[in-house]
Amino acid sequence: MKTLFSGRRLVVLAAYLVIIVLAPLLSPKGYWVSLLCRIGITTVFALSFNMLLGQTGLLSFGHAVYFGLGAFATIHLLRAIQQHAWSFPITLLPLAGGMCGLLFGVALGYVTTRRAGTTFAMISLGIGEMVAASSLMFPAFFGGEGGVSGNRVTAPGWFGITYATPLQMYYLIAGWAFLCILAIYTLTDTPLGRMANAVRDNPERAEFVGFDPQWVRYLIVVLAGFFAGVAGGLAALNYEIVTAETLSAATSGIVIMMAFVGGIGHFAGPIIGAVLITVLQIVVAGMTEAWPFYFGLLFALLVLYAPGGIAGIVAEHKRLFDAGQLGRALHGYLLGLLPFTLCAAGAITLVEMAYALANTPDRRNAPLHIFGTTLNAGRPFGWVPPIAAVIVGALLLRAIARRTRGRDLVYTSLLQRQV
Amino acid sequence: MTAPALRLAQVRKSFGRTEVIRGVDLAIEKRERHAIIGPNGAGKSTLFNLISARFPVSSGTIEVDGEDVTGLRPFQVHRRGLSRSFQISNLFHNLSVFDNVRCAVLWPLQYRYSFWHRLSGLRDAANRADEIITAIGLSRRRGTPASMLSHAEQRALEIGITIAGGADVILLDEPTAGMSHTETADAVRLIRRVTEGKTLVMVEHDMSVVFGLADRISVLVYGRIIATGTPDEIRNNVAVREAYLGTELADARGA
Repeated sequence: MKTLFSGRRLVVLAAYLVIIVLAPLLSPKGYWVSLLCRIGITTVFALSFNMLLGQTGLLSFGHAVYFGLGAFATIHLLRAIQQHAWSFPITLLPLAGGMCGLLFGVALGYVTTRRAGTTFAMISLGIGEMVAASSLMFPAFFGGEGGVSGNRVTAPGWFGITYATPLQMYYLIAGWAFLCILAIYTLTDTPLGRMANAVRDNPERAEFVGFDPQWVRYLIVVLAGFFAGVAGGLAALNYEIVTAETLSAATSGIVIMMAFVGGIGHFAGPIIGAVLITVLQIVVAGMTEAWPFYFGLLFALLVLYAPGGIAGIVAEHKRLFDAGQLGRALHGYLLGLLPFTLCAAGAITLVEMAYALANTPDRRNAPLHIFGTTLNAGRPFGWVPPIAAVIVGALLLRAIARRTRGRDLVYTSLLQRQV
Repeated sequence: MTAPALRLAQVRKSFGRTEVIRGVDLAIEKRERHAIIGPNGAGKSTLFNLISARFPVSSGTIEVDGEDVTGLRPFQVHRRGLSRSFQISNLFHNLSVFDNVRCAVLWPLQYRYSFWHRLSGLRDAANRADEIITAIGLSRRRGTPASMLSHAEQRALEIGITIAGGADVILLDEPTAGMSHTETADAVRLIRRVTEGKTLVMVEHDMSVVFGLADRISVLVYGRIIATGTPDEIRNNVAVREAYLGTELADARGA
């Protein structure tokens, strides 16, 4: 008999456990641990989002509602503990965030899940905006512009752990993230989890095998609300401040991006996306002010050329490897490397020039040092080389793609897209 | 006297001003194989959609095993032991053949909306699904996504999902549509085998299938049943011949 944690799954699980335990020891620098904390939080958030999109086919534009309300509930409880109005172990406080997310899932999900598809997406957008707007209308609870802050270091908790150091906080996040990932994964192997897939594929047929699709969607929204709430609770403890931005459309948007970039069709996809986007947010934001633009570009290109996300790309190459055609694909990539670099360098130059042009006059006319050359955004002629680079690079890439991708390759990728 | 498996009383359905089903009375006994035939546009598929609650009736009542099911939702009718297939395959296209069938056995096995059972550990669900897959001849395609199956395979899976839940009343909507002769012969054998001991109601255009399978036949013309009877009675019914059959019936008799 197959058990849940046997064979390869057990290996993956053990490897994951080793990684999260050892990761903070790789670098003693403060930002490394804080980056890992962020990754842990966003991973849980992105996975809870994908319970809706990937598993049940529900595109939510308002998933930050559950994340943010869970965070606010947690920070208020933390303040109550601080003022000795209430006593509760800090270690278990994310659970309160989860319960808050769950309760709002029960209340809001009943309205949102009546319909799937575009209707669900629009209602989730509306509710998201509603809650975000109310955060500024009720400053007593949401803290207005400044948000609500607290202090997680109250009294020594279990085993004398106070969560005073970032490392202790990291292990709290890692522990909760591990449990949540395990739980969300386990849910995919339950009758409800499989029926969620069935409702995603064909809600009508689900009705004709005895299930109410609306009830299936509702239960999934409630459960996803719980995990988003736990993630919010972890965020509240980690940052010790919660602002209205936590439940804004921007937060709902970034989680959609994480899930898509990582790949909604695979369980690990949102994890990959959460790690990548979180790292990029810090690394790229440190390099250029135009970083949101690059995010948009990356997102658009991935949705266009790799709708399965990074997990989908990996899966496709595994298939190519199994079919003995990986060499051919790699050959194509090698040929495409130079044109791709040309194209990317041109695009990056254009973005930076556009950004400089939109800036103050002295920035506009200042020379721009990029890729070993110096350009000036204020002079029209300076735009010619990057535009040429993009066009030539793109044309070459297209020619190479046509030549190396045999008919059979195109065919398999078409088939995948239909699936 | 036991109640009929399925009973329709004065069932009517209008779409806007057009009355498509114009007062259908029909009683189908338990373990009967009943075929509904009629010219295109007679309302056969609409009638199926009313019985299975895909559409609400405009008036009239529908009973399954003596219980009034009028106005219920499709999943509620299904839970009362009535299952249907679709003319155009209506599958869970990203799920494997195995998962398609397993989804159909979960409710009857009482697992319902459970998120506390481990699906891969449910031997009864897996065994039942595998029995069905063997019966419909798709064992070799067990792990294939439904969307990757051939047309005939999708039709077989369509029947598999319909019968998997163990419903007592099975509605098949043109089960052999778009099949070749050999495929049709296989499908008829399959239908005969898997509906053993159950009540079968089918809409079918292929007269050789209808006359080969059905115990009784109803002829639906412009939303009314103009005759119900054994295949012989239908063949020799003057009204039926005048209204509709003629050539096709003669072909079936000659065959």
